[in-house]
Amino acid sequence: MLDSARSPAESSGFSRKIAATIIIVYTVVTLIPITWIILTGFKSVDGAITYPPEVFFKPSLEGYVNLFTTRSRQSQEYLDSLPPPDTWYEELVRSREMVIAGPSKFFGRYTNSLIIGFGATFLSVFLGALAAYAFSRFKIPLKDDLMFFILSTRMFPPIAVAVPIFIMYRKIGLGDTHLGMIILYTVVNLSLAVWLLKGFMDEIPREYEEAAMIDGYTRMGAFFKIVLPQATTGIAATAIFCMIFAWNEYAFAVLLTQFNAQTAPPFIPTILGEGGIDWPAIAAGTTLFLIPVMIFTVVLRKHLLRGITFGAVRK
Amino acid sequence: MSEIKIERIKKTFDDFVAVEESDLTINNGEFFVLLGPSGCGKTTTLRMIAGLELPTSGKILLDNEDVTFLRASQRDIAFVFQLFALYPHMNVRNNLAFPLKMQKFSKDEINTRINEVANLLRIDHLLSSKVSGLAGGDRQRVALGRAIVRRPKAFLMDEPLGTLDAEFRELMCLELRKLHNNIDATTVYVTHDQLEAMSMGDRIAVMHKGRILQHGKPKDIYTKPKTKFVGSFIGSPAMNFIPVNHTIQKNQNSVKIDNEEYAVPKSFQNTSSQNNVLGVRPEKMFLSDNKGIPGEVYGSEYLGTRKILTIQSRFGTYKIRVSNDVNLKIGANVKISFDSDSAIIFDGQTDEALHSEFIN
Repeated sequence: MLDSARSPAESSGFSRKIAATIIIVYTVVTLIPITWIILTGFKSVDGAITYPPEVFFKPSLEGYVNLFTTRSRQSQEYLDSLPPPDTWYEELVRSREMVIAGPSKFFGRYTNSLIIGFGATFLSVFLGALAAYAFSRFKIPLKDDLMFFILSTRMFPPIAVAVPIFIMYRKIGLGDTHLGMIILYTVVNLSLAVWLLKGFMDEIPREYEEAAMIDGYTRMGAFFKIVLPQATTGIAATAIFCMIFAWNEYAFAVLLTQFNAQTAPPFIPTILGEGGIDWPAIAAGTTLFLIPVMIFTVVLRKHLLRGITFGAVRK
Repeated sequence: MSEIKIERIKKTFDDFVAVEESDLTINNGEFFVLLGPSGCGKTTTLRMIAGLELPTSGKILLDNEDVTFLRASQRDIAFVFQLFALYPHMNVRNNLAFPLKMQKFSKDEINTRINEVANLLRIDHLLSSKVSGLAGGDRQRVALGRAIVRRPKAFLMDEPLGTLDAEFRELMCLELRKLHNNIDATTVYVTHDQLEAMSMGDRIAVMHKGRILQHGKPKDIYTKPKTKFVGSFIGSPAMNFIPVNHTIQKNQNSVKIDNEEYAVPKSFQNTSSQNNVLGVRPEKMFLSDNKGIPGEVYGSEYLGTRKILTIQSRFGTYKIRVSNDVNLKIGANVKISFDSDSAIIFDGQTDEALHSEFIN
């Protein structure tokens, strides 16, 4: 029986169902750890390590409070001598027989991550776009060799050059600075950005910028007004890849940053509780850490989908 | 308003010579067509005039000012691209405004100009639409609009009708020509379509393999081609070529084909080659009762006012234009002859037309 006309290239209802099932199962499996992290963030310190683990529990904001504060334990008499707590979090802390000593470093580290992550992403995409445009449009001597050289910087794990970079950074004073980390992540990402963006630039017909140049614009003007808007898809895809790397990077951050420019990844695991690891605080930190990349990816997802399949379909 | 002059311009890409040293003058207000098959260098020539390509050697003068090394943006020339190159992320209005914004016009001035051009091209109702949704003809109009709105010194057009379908192309041909008559701006138009060239151009230059073979009025190019290539490229059906297997001497006014003597315009030149070619337009050939090249009717196309017969002879296939009342069966034996005063002899060695009473 024919229920509807369809092209042979279109999948049948049955295979669609199978595909959907596989995707749902895969999604659930990959989401379990993330769900678990988010749940742990809302557990109490004791609740996080009970065995068997609890899936349903009374949520608490202890983890988040611990994440943003430093506390000190006090005797009951001292606590009783204090005026009543002004805020809900102070109350929560006092119920654990502690007082708030001050804010934790988390906010500063998180801000560092934002500055360095977005800074490096912007710089990689910007420089990458300029280089990709040049490689795509101009006759450059040794173009293929240069492109291969750029690619080759990706052929070893970046951490392999950690020691020389550490020494270099100490010598020139870039160690533990935002600028140093932005430069480092930009350098690592640049090869990817150049290669990805060159693919997109190649797809943009030259006539557009030629038309703009004839309309009275300089090549730079044409690049910013015409070429870049055309390359949005590629820029979005590239930006996401760069952002994910710069945001998540751990090894260099541990090695090169300590106080001033330390990012969130090396900081979060060092959150220690009293006499043990403060899992809810770590989970809370991790949850907050996931959010920017998630928002970034969701905002750019339309472009990302079109971006990573670029060139596959000619318009 | 301007005159474009090209002096000994040459363009090579690595080893490939795209344009051989050429000279050309395009007069003020003229509609000039660069015609030739693909790869003949016509687009490269146009791009050099625009400033999108730098010539390897030679000079380009715009109103007697040397612009050879000026940037495209400094030449005040508009270019209409084959694929229009409308900026896809802008709507029609912004596409039209884009060149004006660079020239720092006031908002009011920009709007006045856009409305004027939109009126002229009948695209007023499209101003706020996205360019991606436009039909081919409308895109064409917007592309023209973007060129006109700036009131440049000259217009360059690179096969702007190439992507339109046949019916629409004819209409746009007329519109373009009308537009040109209205605004009277110097226009250089590149095409490979000889019909387009003939119907629109004030003058035509025929290019082949990087060389400008001939330029002049459409009628002169059609009736008096200076090389065999021009003869075969212009005209539909193309010129017929009949082999002449003897040398031609100065003042000779007849040729021998198949042991028969035929009168031709008196030659002013000698040929060096033994194997020359006689070129005749299809409408200058006729069916002959007595003397003629024997052949057989191979096909017959009815074109309303006229008929085109394809005759197969031992020298090759010839197309001749005959009146409608000629009724011949396929396979019928005929003899064909030609008008003696418009025949052209092409030197077998150089492919160039001999100077004669007809061509001088």
